[in-house]
Parts: sequence; C-alpha cells; structure tokens
Amino acid sequence: MDDIALGLERLLAERGVSRRTFLKFSVAMAATLMLPPIVGTKIARALSAAKRIPVIWIEGQDCCGNTESFLRASHPTVSELVLGILSVDYHETIMAAAGTAAESARTATMQAFPNGYIAVVEGAIPLADGGIYCTVGGKAFSSIVKDVCGGALATIAVGSCAFDGGLPRANGGPTGATGVSAVVPSAKVINLPGCPMNVQNLTATIVHYLTFGEFPATDSYGRPLFAYGQLIHDQCERRAHFDAGRYVQEWGDAGHRQGWCLYRMGCKGPETFSNCPTAMFNDATSWPVKAGHGCVGCTMPDFWDQMTPFYGRLAHVPGFPMDVTADQVGLALVTGVAGLTALHAGASYVRHKGEERRTPTPEGGTGGGVVPAAAAGGGTSPASSTDTNGSGSEQAV
Amino acid sequence: MAEMTSPALQAVALEAAAESGSEAPLTEEEGSLLATQLPWQRVRVYVWEVPVRITHWAAVITVMILTVTGAYIADPFVVPATDFVMQTMRFIHMVAAYVFLASGVLRTYWLFAGNEFSNWRAFIPTTRRHWAEFRGQTAWYLFLRRDLPPILGHNALAAGTYMVIFFLFLTQTITGFALESVHGGLAAQLWGWLPALIGISTVRIVHHLIMWVILAFMIHHVYSAIMVDHWERNGLMSSIFAGYKFVTRRDIQNARDGGMEVQERSN
Repeated sequence: MDDIALGLERLLAERGVSRRTFLKFSVAMAATLMLPPIVGTKIARALSAAKRIPVIWIEGQDCCGNTESFLRASHPTVSELVLGILSVDYHETIMAAAGTAAESARTATMQAFPNGYIAVVEGAIPLADGGIYCTVGGKAFSSIVKDVCGGALATIAVGSCAFDGGLPRANGGPTGATGVSAVVPSAKVINLPGCPMNVQNLTATIVHYLTFGEFPATDSYGRPLFAYGQLIHDQCERRAHFDAGRYVQEWGDAGHRQGWCLYRMGCKGPETFSNCPTAMFNDATSWPVKAGHGCVGCTMPDFWDQMTPFYGRLAHVPGFPMDVTADQVGLALVTGVAGLTALHAGASYVRHKGEERRTPTPEGGTGGGVVPAAAAGGGTSPASSTDTNGSGSEQAV
Repeated sequence: MAEMTSPALQAVALEAAAESGSEAPLTEEEGSLLATQLPWQRVRVYVWEVPVRITHWAAVITVMILTVTGAYIADPFVVPATDFVMQTMRFIHMVAAYVFLASGVLRTYWLFAGNEFSNWRAFIPTTRRHWAEFRGQTAWYLFLRRDLPPILGHNALAAGTYMVIFFLFLTQTITGFALESVHGGLAAQLWGWLPALIGISTVRIVHHLIMWVILAFMIHHVYSAIMVDHWERNGLMSSIFAGYKFVTRRDIQNARDGGMEVQERSN
C-alpha cells in the first residue's frame, strides 16, 4: 500500500485519467469550497504531493446510505484515488476481512498512527442501557466511538444520524441515540449532516485538509460553512416563482409541470442550510427540488421531528390527534370564543331585563346610570369594605 | 365640611351623610349645593392619554394587516394575477411588524410615564382590594354576582387579560424575528439562538397559534367593550377615540383608581 505515497499523478496515468481531468476535478473542488478557480492549481499541486492518511470508517445505527453516497462519488476515478490517498483501513461494509481479523485491522491502525488518522462515523450512537442496542464484536458502539474518535486527528460525522442521532433518535427513540459530538465532546468533529450527506462535501473537506493543512471553518453546529453556510431558499432555482406567488397546489398539476415553487407542498428550503442547489448530486445532475420534490430539511438538527410533516408547512400541534391541523385548532378556539360570547350576550340581556324590573333607577332621568345607589356607596361591594377606599363620602362620615 | 374645597366633594359628602341616617336637616345652602352638584350626575373624566390611544389603534391596524399577510405567508392559497405577491406580502408583513414593535415600545414606556389608568400599577394586582375586584369581576362575568365595584380605567379582570395579551404580543414579536433570523442580519444575531434551541418548526407553530389566540381575544374584547358601554352608558367605546369617559361623581369617589384628585380635575 505504501506505493500510494509515491504520487497521485503516476496512479492517475496508470488508470488512464488525463491531467486535464484531474485539473477539472481540482477546480470543481475549489468551486465547492467557495474558493476562486485559481486555487484549483494549488489543490492539484497539494494533492499530487499529499501523504497517506489512514481512515477508520465505523458504522453504528445506520442504513449505509452515506457509504452508498461515498461509493458513488462523482468523478469516480479521481475521487476514488483521492479518497484512496486516505487509505480506508477499516470499513465494515466494503472491507474484505471479517470477524477478529477486521477488528484487529482497526486496532492496528489506531496503534500505528496515534492522533494521525481520520475517523469517519456513520450512524447514530445509542447510549441507553449502557449502549447495548448497538454492539460490534461484542463491544458497545459508544465505547468504540470513544476509543476511535478519542485518538483521531479529526472525526468526520457523516449523515444526520452521526450528526445528532437522526432517525433512531426521532420522536424520543427508545435507544437513547445521539451524535458523535455528544458522545466524545473532546474530539475535533466535522459534521456533514444530510440524509445522506453529499459525497462532494466529504471529498472537499478532505481536499481542504490536504491542501491547507487544516479543516474548513465551521458553523455553531460544526458543519463546514462552504457547504452549510447558505440557505437553500436563497440559492433555489425556483425562488423567482416563490417571490411571484406561483405555487404548486397539488402534485402533478399545471404549476408542478411548469416547475413552480414547492413551498405549499411542504418544501423546507426556506429554513434549511445546505449547498444542494449548487453542488447537487450524482455528478451534479440534479437535487430534490430540481427533480420536483420539496426539500425535507435533512441537514438541519433534529430534522425528523422539526421538519415533519414533509408535505405541509406547519407542524403537528402537541396534544392533538395527528390528523388535526394547527388551523383547525385555531378555528375551533375562535369559534368557541364567539359562541361563548353570543351565549354571554344573551344571558346578560336576560339579567339586565330582570334587574330593571326589580330595581327602579335611582337617578330618575338625570344621570341615566344603572348602578344602584346601594351598590356604589353601600357596604355590599368588596371595594367599599376596605380601608384603601379613600373616598370623599367616607371622610365626610 | 370645612376641609372640603370643591362643591362637588361637598355634595358627595352631603349625600353620604344623608344615606348614613343623619337626622340633621339640610341648610338652604346645602340644599342648593345638592341640587347643582348631584353625586349621581355624570362628568367627563380624562382617562386614555394620547399615547395609549395611538398604541391601541396602531395595534388594531397592524394586527389586522399582520393576520392577513401572515395567513398568506403561512398558506399562499391564491394564484395571483400579478407578479411578486409573496414578496409584497412579506414586505408588508415586515413593515407592519416594525410598526407593531414601535407601538409596543411606546406603550411599554408609557407603563412608567403614563397616568394612573395606563401605569403598570393599573395592571398588576398589588393590593388586596385589586385582587378582590379581580375575583368580583370574574364572578360578575359568570353571572355569580350582580353588582360591580366602580372603576375608571381598566377593571381588574380586563387588566389581567391585557397582561396576558402583552405577553403574547411580546412572544409574537420574538418568534417573528426568530423566524426571520434564517435570513441573517440583526435578527440572526439577536434571535438566532431561539430556533437553535427549540427548533424552527416549534417557533413557527407558536407564532401561528398565537395569531389565533389574538383573534379569539379580539372577539371577546370588542364584545366586552360594547357590552359595558351599552349597560353602563359611560361612553366607553368613545373613550378609546377621544380619551374621555362619563362617570358619576359618586363612582369617581369610590373607584379604586378614582378619588379626590381625579374628581378635582374632572368636570
């Protein structure tokens, strides 16, 4: 494996990848990192001279979705080699070794490269009941994460599950699932949430490290700003339809066929931060909104709870049945108040008529007031029974 | 009677003395005083100062605008004939929100600078009498009692309701700016922590449900105002336009927020 360190260009030539293709890849990486094209040459030089960094890729409560994304990297040959520079020493899904041999490959890497390898974590980490809900080789996944990430140069948490628990944590999941940052607070963690993450962003994060010797700047959630710094809504190709008020009213209607805005169909682009509209997926072919489906907000914290319902704007109101909408609750409230008000109006009319029969108006025609003299000045009201009254009449008495 | 300065106060005192069963016959002077300064005669009391009325109507107008534009933003059901409908709706919503905020700031200032009817003391029950009126007013609304203690400004129950409404207005303002915080700028710096803490979807549903609560409040509020105006005939509806209520001298004397000082400056 050491011959990888001999140079990327020789390997590219061996595989029939032209230098032109390699430079195009480098400039694409610069664009993904929101850097000017000229940085592409710096990236190409840095990659050519890059040293091997081993990678340990571990999986917990996951669906291999991010592994799928990783294996289907766009610009496959170049990305493969760049990721190959990293030399994935341990990856449960794709490695040939199994059982004890596989586990020893992991520990051997950890011992050979202390603080010198990159840990990639995919999937949530269950903490409930001592972490027994996910074990690998008889060890709780949480303790594996602590070991691997604790001794790593840096940890990249790929996908929403490794970010904050994702699907296993949704709606109070019973396994106590959580993300890497919560399990290993001391570790340097780069979060690449998404369901799955975009492999373009994983490659760019690594290229950034290989080129500049440090990981990209992140936001308060530990997500690289180049990928998660902008609102999807602000980069969306359907934004003009949003501002104009042209919305898809139902799936397959005339507006949908004309590519109108999916806001009314529950698109979460207006509150989701990601570079999906510009980086796109599958060799920059498409992304959900371009394909006619609203964004589900998968790069945001707690997205299974916070971004559902995926096909509606407003969340479910806690304490009400799932099929009751917020507007139905509000309308029932307003109708109830209006009904009570009408009842009260009728009842107070009846009371007033009764009072008029019982009590002759003391003022006669001069004042027109309805409060009887006894009520205002006498001892029946709580007001006049206290010493804070301070009225002129009491002073006079 | 020597300490009494105003004829109105003397008349009220005379009537109270008569009610308490005093046998002393009225002098001719006292009789004519009673005839011209009747305690049950209604006089003008200046209750709502200009900032109170301005902020009230600013809230009415902006809440209506915010409700209509907010309903469109929440669910843009109309396919427009013209361009930039959503952009225009959001622009109007934001401008109205800032007017609403400015009105709220002014009203908050007036909680400390205003007269006894708009001061914070009129809202927070700090005395036993205020609490007793709160219970009495509630019982009156539930038809459990017939008479009410006289009041010039907000009655205790209404004041309590307005405190809740002020709190909802504040929550609505904060959640509104928190929803705006995804677009960056000052809103993000000030309120970006809120969606990060409880989730933007929670912020939105709170913002939406409070709109309905405010609408329900408006129905009750307008009904109560019309009802009290109708049964008490004190010009309550007109007071929020002109500032004056029309109250008997006796009620001014007996009201928790009335008394001699208010009597002196009323006519």
